[in-house]
Formats: sequence, structure tokens, C-alpha cells
Amino acid sequence: MQYAILCYHDENVTSAWTKEQDDAVMEKLKKVQEPLARAGKLGPVARLMPTTAATTLRKTQEPPLIIDGPFAETKEQLLGFYLIDVQNLEEALQIAQDLGKVNPGGVYEIRPVGYFNRGAFPEAVGA
Amino acid sequence: MTDLDWINTALTQSRPQAVAALLRYFRDLDTAEEAFQEACLRALKNWPENGPPRDPAAWLIMVGRNSALDGKRRTSRQVELPEEDKISETGDAEAEIADRIDDSHYRDDILRLLFVCAHPDLPIAQQIALALRIVSGMSVKEIARAFLASEAAIEQRITRAKRKIEEAGVPFETPGPVERSERLATVAAMLYLLFNEGYSASGGEAHIRGALCDEAIRIGRLLLRLFQTEPEIMGLTALMLLQHARTPARLDAQGQIVLLDDQDRTRWDRKMIGEGLALVDKAMRHRKPGPYQIQAAIAATHAQAKKPSDTDWGQIEALYGALERMQPSPVITLNRAVAASKVRGAEAALGIIEPLAGPLGNYFHFHGLKGGLLMQLGRHDEARESFDRAIALANTAQEAAHIRMHIDRLIRESAKAS
Repeated sequence: MQYAILCYHDENVTSAWTKEQDDAVMEKLKKVQEPLARAGKLGPVARLMPTTAATTLRKTQEPPLIIDGPFAETKEQLLGFYLIDVQNLEEALQIAQDLGKVNPGGVYEIRPVGYFNRGAFPEAVGA
Repeated sequence: MTDLDWINTALTQSRPQAVAALLRYFRDLDTAEEAFQEACLRALKNWPENGPPRDPAAWLIMVGRNSALDGKRRTSRQVELPEEDKISETGDAEAEIADRIDDSHYRDDILRLLFVCAHPDLPIAQQIALALRIVSGMSVKEIARAFLASEAAIEQRITRAKRKIEEAGVPFETPGPVERSERLATVAAMLYLLFNEGYSASGGEAHIRGALCDEAIRIGRLLLRLFQTEPEIMGLTALMLLQHARTPARLDAQGQIVLLDDQDRTRWDRKMIGEGLALVDKAMRHRKPGPYQIQAAIAATHAQAKKPSDTDWGQIEALYGALERMQPSPVITLNRAVAASKVRGAEAALGIIEPLAGPLGNYFHFHGLKGGLLMQLGRHDEARESFDRAIALANTAQEAAHIRMHIDRLIRESAKAS
């Protein structure tokens, strides 16, 4: 069984970390991640940029509404996520819109990834 | 993190919201500030025992307001302070106040607070000192250190600023849409000045004061959260991030200036660059270009070049051209000339800066650039003249040393040629 571990924290706090504090946290995290990666138990790891860098696509109307800022409605739950590698926000939004056409309702939050590690999953896992 | 770390962070982060709300309530900077200090003292006592409140800013606003009101009552007639545990039983009231003070409230309060500090009647140095004291909560000692000024001088600057604001009578009603966007522009300008004071000190020994840049970026992010759809605030925040990302590479081990072309780009802060690029990208979608967005786009073009020779100078020249049309200024023309020299050569760039000799006659960078262009064209004597003029106009020791390095090269090249 694969599990997703979702990281939550107060952005006010994390964005107030100095570079040294931030680096120290990342270093410590890597020390936990490395043995997991060697054991083949660690998939992709991503750290998202601050919510100020986010854009939201609300699919409940046609055409979908594109708004600046993060998704903030608590009545909807996180059901899954995609990782895409594109040129710019325009392209990311296009993909989100295409996905939205066949998956009605709800929202997609498009948030740039600040750190990405491919991880150690063998190709077959999850297939 | 220990309790104390967490509490300190929460207090720092809540400060703009809390002081802004207290200012609206008491309409007096000193009272608002004192009320906030008092609330912080009580938080330090209360939070480790009772755990963090749901909304620290709301807690601080309520406790600060009550303590200041008590203080007033106490001075009029001797009434005992409410007991501490009475204040800690504020759970329900806290939740209520947190619901009532919604984002739009915060937004107007903070904007008003920033605008009070960016009051047009105040000289810029006073605006910045006041903002650092009131909005960021830096102590007079810290500000004095940042500006390399005496504490007495900073104290005086802040006191004068407060008095002038009191005399001017700042309106406290909720700003309308037009007023809000005007205020936002004033605040953005002040924020960028604050950033620049840190990025390229206007005097003194330290050439870079990183803490001021960090603070400006923090307030920029805060503004962006409150005004999520303003492309110019995206642009400003991006600009500051992209410029500050270069800080680790801007000075060498001896503390001398390293120009953009010679900087070790592996030392640039990739995380800041990533966030800056994402914000530029997001701003551009609005198709409402403004000066901050264009400057951010220029910084982004530099950030995207892995090595200096990869730089898209054509794009940069076009962006400076756009900026020049938007807000004509000889300094912007000078920057366009730098880009033009990379695209079309030194001769073309000299042609662009020729008309600037008048307005920029006393500008360090004008003579530095002119000297550099003349040197490229082999006109060594004229280059030497420009470099000498630049040294005479240098603002910091590093600037002067940098030009001296050029002169040394000039002498070496002349010696080789002869």
C-alpha cells in the first residue's frame, strides 16, 4: 500500500525561518529520507512554494474561474494531486482546464514546486 | 522549536495586524504600540501555560485593547487590574473576535498603518525608520545598527515623524477603492525604498544590509496575501526576491563588489529565484504591466541565464525600453544603454548616453559606464578621465575600489599597447 504524507504548517512561521534555519530543517529531513530511499520506500518528495505564488481554477462554472491566490474553502477536501513539468503558468493552467473538463466540480490549486526529489520507487510500484 | 521560539515568531508575525487594529481603535501610534507591548508581555506569561490561541493576532488585539483601556481607567481613578486568569478565560471572546476581524478588516488596517508610516509629509528617512519601528517592531537599537546611525538620532527621527503625523491628522475611515490603490502605490514605493536601503546602502561602511531586505520581502509577502490580485505587488515582491537572491555572490571574500557578469551564479539563492520567477509569471498573465513587473522581468531574465553569456540582452533592452516609455528617467536610459552595449556594441551605447551627461553629470554609475565603454573602444585617455570622475563620486569604499580596479586594468592595457 502506498501512502501520501501531506505536510501542513503555518506559512507565517515557515516563511519567517532564516536561510540557516531552513537549511537546517532540510538537512535533518534528508537524513530521515535517505535510509527510506535506500530501502526503496520513498517516492517523489516535493516542497511547494508559498501560497502567494498559487493560482486557483474553480471548475464549478463554465468557463472555469481562474483566480489569484490559494484554495481556501474548507468544505472541499484534498483528493489527489498531479505533478507536471511545464514551461510556465499558462501551460499549467491549460492542463488544469483540460483535466477540469472531464472532471467536473471542485477546484484545482496550481502551486509551483520549490523543491523536488524523484525518490527511489522502482518503476513497477503502483502500476 | 521551543515554546519561546514559537511565541516569538507568532508575536513578530502578528505585529502588523495587531498594531494596525489597535491604531484604528486608539488613533494614536504611541498608545497602539504600548498596548501591543503589554499584550506581548501577557502572551509570554499566558501562552506557555494555556497553549497557543487559535488566532494569535486576534488574541493580542483584544488583550492589548483591554489593557490599554484599563490603563486609562487606572490613571483616572484607582481601579485594580483584572486578574490574569480572567484574561486567559477569553476563549469564546477570542473566537468571536477572530471571526469578526476578517481579512478585509486586516487588509484595511494594515494598509492604513503602512500608509501612516509612508506619510507624504515625512522625509523618506523618517518614513522608513518609522515603518521599521512600528510595522516591523525593530528596536531603536536595531534600526540604529542597520542605518549606522546613533540611537539618539534614530530616536529623534521617529519622535519627529510621530509628532508630524499627529499634527497632520491622519484620516481613519476605511479607504475606498480609489484611495486604496493610491495608498497601495505609496506603500509599495516606500517598501522598495526600504529594500534598496538594504540592497545598496546609501552611505556608511556596510554595502549590503541583508536584514532590511529580508524585512522588506516579508512585508511584501504580507501585502501580497492581502491583495492577491494586484500584479504590481506580485511584481514588487518578485523583484525584491530576485535581487536579494544574488546577495551571497555580490561581494567577494575581501568585501569588494562583484559585478553581475563576474558573480558565481551557483551561490545565488535558487529558492528565492524560484518564487520570484513564479510571481513574475503569474503577474504577466494579468496583461497590466507596471514598472515593478518590468523590473522584475529584467531581474528574471538575468536569473534565468546559467552563465553571463546566456543572458538574453535583446529582451532586457526591450524591457528597459518599455520601462522608459512608462516612466522616462535618465537612470533608466543609462540602464538601457548597458543592454544596448551588449547587443549592438559600445559605440551604440555611447550614442545613447551622450545626452545624459547633463542630468547625470554627478552620478557615479554614469561615469563608471562611460569609462567602461570608452575603454572597450580603446579610447584610454578619455576612459581614464571618466573613471577619475566616477571615483570622486563614489558613495561607498567598495564602489571606489571597483573603479580603481578598472583603472589598473586600463594602465596594464596601455602598457601592453605601447
